[in-house]
Amino acid sequence: MVVGIQISGQVTNWLAPGRTLFLFIHFLGVSCFAYIVTKRLVPLLRAERDPRFDRPLTRAAKVLKFWLLQWKHPRYRTAGIVHILFFAGFILLVARAFAVLIAGVSENVEIPGLSGGAGQVYSVVTDYAATVVFLCMVFAIARRLVFKPARYAVPARYGKPHTADAIFLLALIAILMLADSLFDATNVALMAQQGQTVELASFLSLPWILKTSLASTSAPALGSLYYQAYLSHEVVFYFLLCYRPFGIQFHVETSLFNVYFSKLDKGTVKPVKWCASDKQLDQVKSFGVKTFEDFSWKHMLDFYSCADCGRCSDNCPANSVARPLSPRFITIKARDYAFQNYTMFGSPGNGKPLIGTIYSEDEIWSCTTCGACEEECPLLIEYIDKIVDLRRGMVDDGNVPGSLQKPLKALESRGNPYGKMEKKRADWANAKEFQQLCHVRTLDKKNGADTLYFVDSITAYDDRMQSIARSTAKILSHVGENFGILGVAEKDSGHEVRRFGEETLFVALRDHNADAIKACGAKRVVTSDPHAYNALKHDYKDVPPVEHISQVIAKAVKSGKIKFNPVENANDVYTYHDPCYLGRHNQIYDDPRDVLGAIPGLKRVEMKRSRDRSFCCGGGGLMLFYEPKEEQRMGVKRVRMAVEAGANVIVTACPFCMVNMEDAIKVAGLEGKMKAIDLAELADQQIKRESPHVEAPEAAVVHQEYVMGR
Amino acid sequence: MARIFVYIVHRNGIAVDSALELAAAARKIDAAASPTAIVAGWGLELDDVCSALEASFSEVWKIANDALVYPNAELIRKALVKVLPSGSIVLVPHEHFGIDLSPGLSIKLNAAYVPDVVAIEGLHGADLKVVRQEFGGQFDAHVRCDISSGAVITIRPGAFKPMESALRSGTVVDKSSDLGAISAGRRYLQTLVAEAGAVDITKENVLVSIGRGIQEKANIGIAEELANALGAAVSCSRPVVDAKWMGKSRQVGSSGKTVKPKVYLACGISGAFQHLVGIKGNPFIVAINKNPRAPIFQVADVGIVDDILEFLPELTNTIREMHRVSAK
Amino acid sequence: MEILVCARRAPDTSENEIALNSAGNDIERDDLVYSINEPDNYAVEEALQIIARIGGHVTVVTVGGEDDEEILRREMAMGANHGVLITDGAFAGSDGRGIAAILKAFVQKGNYDLILTGVQAEDGAAQVGGMLAAMLDYPFASLVNSIEVLEGGKLKISREIEGGNKELNEIDLPCVLSIQTGINEPRYVGMRGIRAVASVPIPSYSAAGLGLEGSMAGAAAARVRRIDYFVPSLGRGAEILAGSREENIEKLIELLAAKGGLK
Repeated sequence: MVVGIQISGQVTNWLAPGRTLFLFIHFLGVSCFAYIVTKRLVPLLRAERDPRFDRPLTRAAKVLKFWLLQWKHPRYRTAGIVHILFFAGFILLVARAFAVLIAGVSENVEIPGLSGGAGQVYSVVTDYAATVVFLCMVFAIARRLVFKPARYAVPARYGKPHTADAIFLLALIAILMLADSLFDATNVALMAQQGQTVELASFLSLPWILKTSLASTSAPALGSLYYQAYLSHEVVFYFLLCYRPFGIQFHVETSLFNVYFSKLDKGTVKPVKWCASDKQLDQVKSFGVKTFEDFSWKHMLDFYSCADCGRCSDNCPANSVARPLSPRFITIKARDYAFQNYTMFGSPGNGKPLIGTIYSEDEIWSCTTCGACEEECPLLIEYIDKIVDLRRGMVDDGNVPGSLQKPLKALESRGNPYGKMEKKRADWANAKEFQQLCHVRTLDKKNGADTLYFVDSITAYDDRMQSIARSTAKILSHVGENFGILGVAEKDSGHEVRRFGEETLFVALRDHNADAIKACGAKRVVTSDPHAYNALKHDYKDVPPVEHISQVIAKAVKSGKIKFNPVENANDVYTYHDPCYLGRHNQIYDDPRDVLGAIPGLKRVEMKRSRDRSFCCGGGGLMLFYEPKEEQRMGVKRVRMAVEAGANVIVTACPFCMVNMEDAIKVAGLEGKMKAIDLAELADQQIKRESPHVEAPEAAVVHQEYVMGR
Repeated sequence: MARIFVYIVHRNGIAVDSALELAAAARKIDAAASPTAIVAGWGLELDDVCSALEASFSEVWKIANDALVYPNAELIRKALVKVLPSGSIVLVPHEHFGIDLSPGLSIKLNAAYVPDVVAIEGLHGADLKVVRQEFGGQFDAHVRCDISSGAVITIRPGAFKPMESALRSGTVVDKSSDLGAISAGRRYLQTLVAEAGAVDITKENVLVSIGRGIQEKANIGIAEELANALGAAVSCSRPVVDAKWMGKSRQVGSSGKTVKPKVYLACGISGAFQHLVGIKGNPFIVAINKNPRAPIFQVADVGIVDDILEFLPELTNTIREMHRVSAK
Repeated sequence: MEILVCARRAPDTSENEIALNSAGNDIERDDLVYSINEPDNYAVEEALQIIARIGGHVTVVTVGGEDDEEILRREMAMGANHGVLITDGAFAGSDGRGIAAILKAFVQKGNYDLILTGVQAEDGAAQVGGMLAAMLDYPFASLVNSIEVLEGGKLKISREIEGGNKELNEIDLPCVLSIQTGINEPRYVGMRGIRAVASVPIPSYSAAGLGLEGSMAGAAAARVRRIDYFVPSLGRGAEILAGSREENIEKLIELLAAKGGLK
């Protein structure tokens, strides 16, 4: 152990013969690294603009949370803890590493601030740090060889397994720690030989163990070992430094930047070009990502930063039903492309189309934009924007699957993907019996209201989903909202249109709706469709604040405006399925649960995958029309999860989830054993409706029970 | 009244069903007419067809030429133009050959052209009033056709009840020598037979469509039997494809195919909106479902509340029995 | 290769609910969405794929009025090089033969190797292609579902015949082909592409410009006239058969026979 971080000049004499060599290695290592990093930066300099320099404080806070405190890592407990341990080790060892490197070329080494007592503490800490890192490496290697976690596996179509490379790198780090510890141990031993006894406070650490076994070694032998340890350390250190940018370990260097520059606005989709406003879109020559160079620099940095941990694909619902999509390989394949086309020597090859070479069309169309991948990634790598950009490129080239062309054309001509007539958009509200229960006004410039209920296409046109609209209207009525709908002036929110790459059509739909919303003068918008919610909140500008009906109900429950009757069947077990665009993308997890909690006698269980780990139902909007290649439907997997949790009723808060759940219940053969219901429908069904005039106990209290026609 | 000719399509020496349907149609134009059959081809097969036709037509015009071994519409058109008297009325079945032959034939004969006729109401002077369908069969339309310079009329197969053969003995008139040398800018090469399973449900007129009510893959056979008996194809709704009981190409619906049949039997199909959206042209829909509250009953023309697993086999048997009886 | 595609604007059957108007003599056209007749769209896509392979140009022509220009623009957004509108008041009321005569006059003004039409439009007539070919004395093939360009001014084509079988033919150029749906997968035409061609000028031709005599087209020349539309008398309404299974089967068979559902 060294006294402080001071490496005594008497000891370093043993290194003197190698001074020139060491200096040369320093020079070689540093310049190679600089060269390599410069070459790695080349594609980023030619890439698309991406403004990520705003809100520095927010960004710094993210670095603190996700980079330094490794916030996402424990989501996979074992790997997470191990990583936190050796990451902490690395951070702690930084100063020491510098000291060791300098020791080879300078007689006296002293790190400012770490002399004397502080230095002693630091020494102990680093001794244990090196030991912990070493043990973590051994554990990690064993884990790769013996336990082989499934998410590391490489499906045949993506190439050979990455195990050998992973173990190679882990082993090198272990060797580095060994070399460092040996250097430390021999340093102490040599000092002891020279009469400078040093207390080794780091009992049972690696340096301690080594030093103990070296107790009786002769000075020359120690000196030689000292020299070897130093040389090994330097060589391995620089080798790793220069090797890292060629593989997944580049994340060591890029992770801080990747987290700093990560996306701040969840739920949004990047514009076609950051430098082009909507009005300038007509002049943009090419939409979307067609070649590698069309990606933005941050997206390229994402490719470099992937640690190949597989957590994204492990949580990707499309991947789990064997669609040809694996987010991990979206990144790895692009990274490999960058490495192959932007080499260390020679000119960059560029301009090759990505679709049809590294990506297949189905791979890109298979994504439901659920966001599970982004939620999981410890390096905050973004996926949805890339998928949308790749889709924009395909749409620009006319390369749209036949199954999607019909609904897109219908959206263009009729404002809804089903091709139904515009004038029928408000028919759900016009059924005679319903009109008597609840009169829904149509709003326009002359007839305004405080609140607009934005229905969106599926809820308006689908016979089954119209019941959600009716329930929502009744709830709004019950809480005394002054509300109305846009009726036939409403067009599809365009949420999926945008995420499927048809930006121009989306802009047309958005502008139409935004005008209609402004014209009706509403101060607030409510919707029962999380996709519409997300669109109005993030994709639309200058519209009033939007709420989801679950939030409205939760507030009303808290304020007492809504009271619920107890459940009819006390044996029913309910489980809540978090819709992706309500939960993960907008963090609305508790309001729906609070609503369920307020229903007396309602038994609720939580599925294993819930909240931000909720499993996508299969997707909404245009995804309902796409014909994926899959082994199973996501919805079927989800209803089986509900069964596993012990539930027989699935509560959703999204009409698309409802479609997928009800379909899945049929396909899975669970008809009669499992039911699906929308939160609004359930709330409407359970609302205690009393006569507004509560008479004196003697008088008859008239209870009107509104029975939902089924 | 101009002479009425019935163009006979034949395969393997046998005239197809439309021959007698067209004869019936001819009667609708002129009740007193004795239409002349006109047949083109070569060799013994042609001879067989002609002799069989003698039982139904008073005159059979035979056009034999080795160039016509395969019915190449381009060549046959040239042959007919040489043989047919001007001002004739020619009836042709509206199918892949008729569509190929007839429009051009009407130009070369300088005759009017009325395609895909489903009913003939009669003559009003020089005008023939017929019924056609438009918009995929959603609507009928009355059409007037000036036949004073002749007409080529294609008749929808199955629209007219075949004329019963009156067991007349007709004469075969050989018109082959009228031909001379004929050649065309289109030459037949070969026919590629479709692989089994290459059924295009979008082109079918009658569909036996199954839903989850079929319950197991093994039960699909009963739908296939019924389809065979009806000359129909089997299609399905999405759950059947998802369960991998049938291929995707059989699926009717918003993420499947859009079909425009004349008759649609929805068997064990609940009638979800995504499925119904794939049925266009307002066909005659028969719904068979054991759930009386299935939404399909709202859109069907005829509904039967019954278990398809029992109903369909019985229906198939009855139809087969009926065919057996009528064939005698 | 110079390819001409004869296209037509039709009510979009997948996005309309077609109903009779109150007078009962036509369909209600007010709420209809129109687009290019679907088989014609396949024809344009096929033409584009051919010139992508062997070079050339694609021209799309339609006979109609101002409203029909939109389909020309859409096909140009898809990639067609030229769009041409043939419009003249005298052409109103033309029957299929009249349209073919008009197109014939246009074809003779140009120099086209290949003329394509969609197999049929919403009237189900499937006539213009065959008539045009006969007027031009070009060889013709209908229901084409594959085209291969051969050396020496010939094509190898396949026609869709019964049972899903394919009839292979060799055909000389110039020729006319009517294209069946499903021959290819038409590329998507996004809003962006359409906006890009929104102001491209589209030349138009009149009867005089084509050197066409009035007697060849228009209402007076029409030999075939649609008089009205009507709904066939068999009423629509879900009739639940309530008899025994045997009785239901009998009744069902009766109905199937009447509706053409029995062989």
